[in-house]
Amino acid sequence: MGRYTIRRLLQMIPVLIGTTFIIYAMVWALPGDPFSGKCGQRPCPPAYVAEMTAKFNLNDPLPVQYFKYLVNLLQGNFGESFSGRPVWDEIMQAFPVTFRLALIAIIFEIVIGISAGILAALNRGGFWDNLVLISTLIVISIPVFVIGFLAQFTFGIKLGWFPPTVGPNATVYELLLPALVLASLSLAYVARLMRGNLTENLRADYVRTATSKGLSRQRVIGRHAVRNSLIPVVTFIGADFGALLGGAIVTEGIFNIRGIGGLLYLSIRTREGATVVGVVTVLVLVFLLVNLIVDILYGAIDPRIRYE
Amino acid sequence: MSDPNASMAAAAPETVEKETYLGSDLPPAPGDKEKSRSLWSDAWRELKSNKVFIISLVLIVVFLIMTFFPQVFTFGKDPMACDLTKSRQAPSSEAWFGYDNNGCDVYTRTIYGAKASILVGVFATLFTMLLGGFIGVIAGFFGGWVDSILSRLTDIFFAIPLLLGGILVLTSFPASDSTNLYSEVAKVVLALGILGWTSMTRIMRSSVIQVRNADFVVAARALGAKNSRIINKHVVPNSLAPLIVLATISLGGYIGAEATLSFLGLGLQPPVISWGTMINDAQPYIRVAPFMLFFPAFFLSIAVLSFIMLGDAVREALDPKLR
Amino acid sequence: MSEHLLEVDDLYVEFRTRDGVAKAINGVSYTLDAGETLAVLGESGSGKSVTAQTIMGILDMPPGFITGGEIRYKGSDLLQLPEKERQKIRGAEIAMIFQDSLSALNPVFTVGDQIAEMFQVHRGMSKKEGMKRAVDLMEQVRIPAAKERVKDYPHQFSGGMRQRIMIAMAISLDPAVLIADEPTTALDVTVQAQIMELLQDLQRERNMGMILITHDLGVVAGVADKIAVMYAGRIVEDADVLTLYGEPAHPYTEGLLASMPRVDTKGEELYAIKGLPPSLLALPPGCNFNPRCPYKQEICLREVPPRQEVAPGHGSACHFWEEVYRARTDSAS
Repeated sequence: MGRYTIRRLLQMIPVLIGTTFIIYAMVWALPGDPFSGKCGQRPCPPAYVAEMTAKFNLNDPLPVQYFKYLVNLLQGNFGESFSGRPVWDEIMQAFPVTFRLALIAIIFEIVIGISAGILAALNRGGFWDNLVLISTLIVISIPVFVIGFLAQFTFGIKLGWFPPTVGPNATVYELLLPALVLASLSLAYVARLMRGNLTENLRADYVRTATSKGLSRQRVIGRHAVRNSLIPVVTFIGADFGALLGGAIVTEGIFNIRGIGGLLYLSIRTREGATVVGVVTVLVLVFLLVNLIVDILYGAIDPRIRYE
Repeated sequence: MSDPNASMAAAAPETVEKETYLGSDLPPAPGDKEKSRSLWSDAWRELKSNKVFIISLVLIVVFLIMTFFPQVFTFGKDPMACDLTKSRQAPSSEAWFGYDNNGCDVYTRTIYGAKASILVGVFATLFTMLLGGFIGVIAGFFGGWVDSILSRLTDIFFAIPLLLGGILVLTSFPASDSTNLYSEVAKVVLALGILGWTSMTRIMRSSVIQVRNADFVVAARALGAKNSRIINKHVVPNSLAPLIVLATISLGGYIGAEATLSFLGLGLQPPVISWGTMINDAQPYIRVAPFMLFFPAFFLSIAVLSFIMLGDAVREALDPKLR
Repeated sequence: MSEHLLEVDDLYVEFRTRDGVAKAINGVSYTLDAGETLAVLGESGSGKSVTAQTIMGILDMPPGFITGGEIRYKGSDLLQLPEKERQKIRGAEIAMIFQDSLSALNPVFTVGDQIAEMFQVHRGMSKKEGMKRAVDLMEQVRIPAAKERVKDYPHQFSGGMRQRIMIAMAISLDPAVLIADEPTTALDVTVQAQIMELLQDLQRERNMGMILITHDLGVVAGVADKIAVMYAGRIVEDADVLTLYGEPAHPYTEGLLASMPRVDTKGEELYAIKGLPPSLLALPPGCNFNPRCPYKQEICLREVPPRQEVAPGHGSACHFWEEVYRARTDSAS
């Protein structure tokens, strides 16, 4: 277990270096004027250009530029918004709301997604199975922003069950509808993944063994089949949490939530390029970190992985 | 996947199959040309009787006609012919989908909007399939240090979520005042393709590795065939199926991603007409004129759904395990 | 009729699949007594495993359907028992060992955990007590360092050791009947012999009735008391081991014996039964063996041959059993 963790940590280093390099290259080394679109609607003032050129060492050769940038990142310096506020501060301010939203979304995924998957797998070919298959297919096909608007229009505006937008306090009740929208896509994947795994596992030899041991059907399914089927699902949900912490741009934008996604959404709309880049960098790093944690967790819940 | 018959079939007993066929002393023929031919023709036979496949194919053909011959559906109306006095008028017999903020006919624009979405989807898929497939074949076939380097490279690109990467590229992209549809499409294709190829590489690599050690490849090598010949004649044809399935499903995904980026104001820009930009335009008026948003959103969803259903059907047909 | 420990009586099982109805078992009967080993011999698809699964009650239903017959255990018909009652018998009184021990054991639980589960569920013991019993059992099936290995996972064992774990689990509650479905097929030849020896020892110690399912005539010879040969869901011949090997009375058995490599026929070409086993979806009319049978006559295409008594305790389902039988006994004398 220890060796596995260390190996995963070591493997992480080149990926971290590589991804930050790609981000850097995409932002500052693309052909053309790197300052276009980074200062709102107007062209960047010369003072800003000079400052940024110095800050990002744009006159140095690319590897040197990148190295200096990496050192900045390691010191927690993710750049400043156009107004001069450190991006890191803005992120930290927005983070609690996003975290709460992601947590509620994950709970939806776990509760609804897993139960729908189990229900479908246990009724293969039956009514519930087809209902789950068709509804998840529809959810997967409709882009999140469309689902978001539909939900906002139907439940927020027409029916008035939920507030159509979220206030500055972002209470749990206000976040319920956005969280459901945010969770919808992953929820559909979780349901399908669970259904597929469980169906396969129900046919597995060891489930037959469990039955022939004289265990009740409940125990066969609950302790043996479901537990094994949950391993990849838990991994998926874990990785998804990483994505949700950053991927909520659209949902937060639609429901006017002042989280990280909302910050990014606004920065894109107001063409605050520097903020966009800083926030995206942080989000990618968070995504990588959560994935690493999930990988290590995977080793803990599946004994086969540890000893490979 | 949503076809009840197909699910029933998949539930057919493993035991019988094992008992009936495995013992016949006739192991399934190795995946040589013969097999790949019968795999494809088997799959085709399977597909022809699959309702999901037929429905999605018909829908896709309709979208393709919209892409290349939008006039067929719009009775010659011009999507740019707008009349501000009709701004945000609700759907009527004259304008089925109503008018948008500028008084343009939403129906006509929705039809014309197919082009950008389909083009982005098709080209992003082709781009990622060719690039990702090529890297996957090289990594899987040669193995060793080539594989190590390429796989690490893939890991790095894979670590950046598609949407975030697309946002980065498009934010940093030198702004152009180009209103040319094709250069706009190319920009979005690049933004999606730069990160999208990794999943293609991964799936191609693993399926090439499976084929690489098959008896018929070993035999071809023993007979002195050159690597290029082995790859072209044996490895690629026999490992293509998973890539094709993924590509079909990805096509739907790219259409959705394009719309999302355009919705964020980053992808295609007006005056280029696309479902994403239409939804973006409609967003502020969702309370007063929801129809402006619903129709393009509906078309968009149906287009994505068609490709995902097609991919699902193809996967079912190509994967005997699912039958 | 005296009461046997286990009686399979005129059992019919079919699978209803998309491609049609597969008639897997078509009137199978056999009996088993305590301390006796019955070998059920047949190719894949002959229905030998399906019969065993039906006895255990682990057949996938649907697509499997039991369309006729009884399975009597200590006098009561298992097929009529409510599920709760069957669970009590399953594992505790009738236990089963499977062919592929790697896939038959749950990969995410330790082997001790999986053995202990038997005691927890059937005997209401605590996990701790169960684990203690698991160590005892692992010692009984001769797994070295059982105390340490009880906390290992299945994939950490070799194939032979894993099969011993399966056996330990199966015998944990002293079952009266042990069904071993191809227990050695997946193993190396040297390990095969050890496992068979272990099974035989355990069976004698505990006076279990054992059903040994195999396609390997070699495995059967030293272990079985009697043999039932299955073909296309029917028992075509049954006899005690010596009789069956010495005086087969069915052309299929004769073919199987002739196709066995032997030390004294070195250099000669190995005999092979011509043709392939029939598809269960479309069984040939009359005697199912007729397409491959060298003794085939017109009647074989029309009538299913019933079991006919060759000698007491020796039956053959062949219209021309006498010819098969005589050809063999004549050349021998």
